[in-house]
Amino acid sequence: MNDFDRTCKKACKNGGKILINCDKKLIEEKSKKIRCDILSMVKNAQVGHIGGSFSVTDILAAMYFGILNIDPANPDWQDRDRLILSKGHGATALYSVLAERGFFPVEELMSFAKLGSKLQVHPDKRKVPGVEASTGALGQGLSIGIGMALAARLDAKEYHTFVILGDGEIQEGQVWEAAMFAAHYKLGNLTAILDYNNVQLMGYVSEIMEVAPIREKWISFGWNTIEINGHDHGQIINASEKAKKIKNKPTIIIAKTIKGKGVSFMENTCEWHGKVPCKEEYENAIKVLSD
Amino acid sequence: MTAMREAFGKALAELGEKNKDIVVLDADLASSTKTTYFAAQFPERFFQVGIAEQNMIGIAAGLASCGKIPFAASFAVFVTKRPADQVAISIAYPGLNVKIVGAYTGLFNGSTGASHMAVEDISIMRAIPGIIVIDPADAEEMTQAVSAIAEFNGPVYIRETRDEWPEIFNSAYKFKIGKAATVRDGTDAAIIASGVMTSESVKAADILKKEKISVRVVNMSTIKPIDKDMIISCAQETGAIVTAENHNIYGGLGSAVAETIVENFPVPMERIGIKDTLGEAGSNSELLEKYEMGSRFIAEAVKKVIRRKK
Repeated sequence: MNDFDRTCKKACKNGGKILINCDKKLIEEKSKKIRCDILSMVKNAQVGHIGGSFSVTDILAAMYFGILNIDPANPDWQDRDRLILSKGHGATALYSVLAERGFFPVEELMSFAKLGSKLQVHPDKRKVPGVEASTGALGQGLSIGIGMALAARLDAKEYHTFVILGDGEIQEGQVWEAAMFAAHYKLGNLTAILDYNNVQLMGYVSEIMEVAPIREKWISFGWNTIEINGHDHGQIINASEKAKKIKNKPTIIIAKTIKGKGVSFMENTCEWHGKVPCKEEYENAIKVLSD
Repeated sequence: MTAMREAFGKALAELGEKNKDIVVLDADLASSTKTTYFAAQFPERFFQVGIAEQNMIGIAAGLASCGKIPFAASFAVFVTKRPADQVAISIAYPGLNVKIVGAYTGLFNGSTGASHMAVEDISIMRAIPGIIVIDPADAEEMTQAVSAIAEFNGPVYIRETRDEWPEIFNSAYKFKIGKAATVRDGTDAAIIASGVMTSESVKAADILKKEKISVRVVNMSTIKPIDKDMIISCAQETGAIVTAENHNIYGGLGSAVAETIVENFPVPMERIGIKDTLGEAGSNSELLEKYEMGSRFIAEAVKKVIRRKK
């Protein structure tokens, strides 16, 4: 157990009231480790989604090591903050951060997508401790997050619910049904984080089906909006803290990201949405990430 | 006679008093599904989602994952067909404790027409792994079923109809999920029915009695998991089966019974139901006649199936 884990443990034991002092260097290191894990999982399983996992890696690392009030030893703790990865194809990033945070042994990551593994290609809530919703069918996570936020309100609990959406994902109509509802019910305890990398499976989001202007759309739906660089841990943490303080409306953090972030030949291309690296590509990528 | 939807609405409100975890979601049809009784008594636990059924199903999933017992009600067509993926992935996949309530099922819903008549809701819900499917026969069974499904931890789809239909059960009856009930004894054939078709089947048994034909009537309100033992004993003891359902004959009760008898004890069988067509506006009695689902058609099917017995 490192210092960070000890601090977290203490915070949780105290009812989670102590704000975790985030260690930026640690989050930096974890992000590197997560990206290497993602590569190894996909290489090992010969399946998975590297591009979208890399774009959401910094967000997940900052959330799990800097924001979320959680207890890995007690994943069902009723007062925990909730985070739903609605863009379920980013599962490899989620599994790695959950393992690094102590929800299950890091060694289990290499069972990803193998027959009988709890680590499915998209997250299965029943099987993986720390996974809050079974996602993968795009567009469903924000509604589930609303249910959690309503439950918190009914039970007078203070936990916060975060939902990470993909930018291609918001082409789904259900997202806008949910957006309307969350503002109508003034769900200040709900925050969406948009992984805005502008690349989806078949090409650039702006060419497949334009989702811009994003900020204006969410403002017109009644949301508070914050725009950040989704690879800057400090900005992710500050934006999340700010979002938690807005009590009368939901917030969306529009995080500008790069699909495939971290390995230059994987960046900003739909080719790496679901491609598996060959031996040479894998070794080059690991080398770049380890430097 | 009490309409099934009235019984549902009142039972739900009563349950809300006893169990504070029960929450209700509506997509702008509460006055038809009768969740209005609950809404009036427990406004803080009633969530109006607007006309947005996919969102309603997802919100129900989130509430259930935090320990609530959500009842998400709308017309059956809108709460099964439209959000089928949300039901499968947000609710059934993680096995969440959500009760989906589909109103205005089958053809007999007061002149609504094809867009509002659910002819395929059972087959859709039945095909999603992990969901219990219930089609109660009358107000008494509905009242008991609402309470039973609230106590059961897991996803359930329950059907309700709009109008008043003859009563089958009284308070002596004890509903149990997965258990069929014999409502008439008989030896020449068995009618296995669900929903409002159980009362049509009892009428058919009366017609046949005058012709000295002894027919058993079984109310198979739980369609999944189906009561296999009851179906097999009907096949063994009467040697001929007719199913009667207010639903497409493809994928519903008739299919579930056929699957069971072919795999276990094949006997001649006939199916009464909606013959792979959408509905249309008309009175219940007109529709029972036009779509060949009324008691006289059931009686004819029984005679036909008996002729097919060796």
